Amino acid sequence: MHMSDALVSPGVGGAMWAASAGLAAWSARRLREEMTDARVQLMGVLGAFVFAAQMVNFAIPGTGSSGHLAGGLLLAILLGPHAAFLAMFSILTVQALFFADGGLLALGCNAFNLGFWPCFVVYPLVFRRMVGDKPGRGRLTFAAVLAGAIGLQLGAFGVVLQTLFSGISELPFGTFALLMQPIHLAIGIVEGLVTAALLAFVWKARPELVLPSATGPVARPTSMRPVLVAFAALALVTGGLFSWFASTRPDGLEWSSAGTCGREEPAVLQDRWHRLCAGIQEWTAFLPGYDFKSSTTDGEPVAAAAAGTPEAAREPEESGAPHPAVSSGTSLSGVVGGAIVLALIAMVGLGLRLRGRAEQAGG
Amino acid sequence: MPRIDAALREIGALDALAAQDTPVHRLDPRVKLLATAGFVLAVASSPLREFAELAPLALFPVAMLAAGRVPFRLVGRSLLLASPFAVMVGVFNPLFDREVVAHWGPLAVTGGWLSFLSILARFALTAGAALTLLATTGYVGVGSGLGRLGAPRALVTQFLLLYRYIFVLADEGARAVRAHALRSASGRPATVRVWGSLAGHLLLRAHDRGLRVHAAMLSRGFDGSMPALRPLRWGRADSVFLAACLAFFALARFGHLAENLGRLAVGGAP
Repeated sequence: MHMSDALVSPGVGGAMWAASAGLAAWSARRLREEMTDARVQLMGVLGAFVFAAQMVNFAIPGTGSSGHLAGGLLLAILLGPHAAFLAMFSILTVQALFFADGGLLALGCNAFNLGFWPCFVVYPLVFRRMVGDKPGRGRLTFAAVLAGAIGLQLGAFGVVLQTLFSGISELPFGTFALLMQPIHLAIGIVEGLVTAALLAFVWKARPELVLPSATGPVARPTSMRPVLVAFAALALVTGGLFSWFASTRPDGLEWSSAGTCGREEPAVLQDRWHRLCAGIQEWTAFLPGYDFKSSTTDGEPVAAAAAGTPEAAREPEESGAPHPAVSSGTSLSGVVGGAIVLALIAMVGLGLRLRGRAEQAGG
Repeated sequence: MPRIDAALREIGALDALAAQDTPVHRLDPRVKLLATAGFVLAVASSPLREFAELAPLALFPVAMLAAGRVPFRLVGRSLLLASPFAVMVGVFNPLFDREVVAHWGPLAVTGGWLSFLSILARFALTAGAALTLLATTGYVGVGSGLGRLGAPRALVTQFLLLYRYIFVLADEGARAVRAHALRSASGRPATVRVWGSLAGHLLLRAHDRGLRVHAAMLSRGFDGSMPALRPLRWGRADSVFLAACLAFFALARFGHLAENLGRLAVGGAP
């Protein structure tokens, strides 16, 4: 369920990057304060462990298929939330860089979906509470399954929301949520079962790894304040979004229709996002409106798209100009030009490659 | 081949490419990081149904790969393997957005198909840029570049340590998988219970190894940050490269290159 850059708008990606980077910086600061133990080293080695364990498939009972571990919950249990979040962040980076699994702009989204929820919400609020100090095997399993399921539900819902707000996919909110949530319920339960199986083994062999309080020094109780702060920030952002939705569209809270039927809505959404995010993004939305593409406006689809959008109302003098979201892919020259450009780029690539080879042979 | 071996080979191949010495590899990692960030922003901020205007942007990854002597086939294969999520989500666009927005000859094109094409192009460009960054910079270069750009020290240390251990642990994991495969008649993957003890052993060994290495590093003066082997140097060529890249992205993003070129080619017809 790694988000890809292709489905994220700069506004959403940037906002989630800011949230995740803030969490990472805060986690790093907290870690530095308690760096007396070997936590750094364990972060590295356990991060790599999760990475390796993800590649060891297991059979999912009752089905013919196999699954693998996501690992956020496991890391939180073994490392504590702060170190676990950083470890998860780095694992996602490796996956994005080496395997193109998830993108660079979407890294913030992914760290939030797969790191924030299990580490800062599910682990302290669900797992720790349920497990208590002296859990039995059954309780450990139950807590892990519940925590795994809840964590992945939240993460999957995050994917749905980020996709919706990015406005690039036209999937209606309801459909997408119905696709994502049940699948991830199953995945989450399996995740919990696997985590529990692993914990059960470690619990038997080295209980102090699972619950530092069981034998070792008393663990510092997880402070609720940061979680509350994060939630407050989240509420603020969501609140802002909702009120903006509600104010620009009287029926804006009709969720399932938000991205559904209209071709204009995603465009509006995107344009709004850019306006929201000021600066560069503002530029990207407005500049195409002033460009020299007016020769394409005689095509009727363009005019149709331009009519009736908020842009037309906001800037009356612009109403004849093409809507910013109308792509040059709609005109013949755009398509031809794109093909030519691609051919040119291929030639540049080949030329550079040949030159490099010649240099290599010469040197 | 088991997934774990495949992944190790993939990482090894990209690493070997990153160890080359070409003009692209000699650029400062920070420059490549910033250029890639600008590139991803330029692609992601393109309008919804845009795809012809994305074509000029392909110059950046293609030129970097070509000048950096990275085989296109390797990147292409990685892209194919990673594409399912974007394709699965994007493929619904043609279903939901059926408004005809253009006619390419006899072909009526709907907005949904345009945005689906756009999603595919975006995916190829952005994911390709990430792979390009790695193949021309190397993981350690990316990590130290991030550190110099202001990423928290604990995070950078974690980046670098994770990478060190991936090979060790993936090797051990691969051995465990092989041992299990040799001893199980069915050839099926391990059950959850067996997986638990298999991964559990791996975890315990990893844990102890981590503690030992940590003690060893402390005794050698480890202070929480990884020393850079090669100090980063940002020269004039780096500044020029970055400025040229950003200028090109701006031009490609706002200049309607494909549109204008196409108009030249087809003689001014819209």
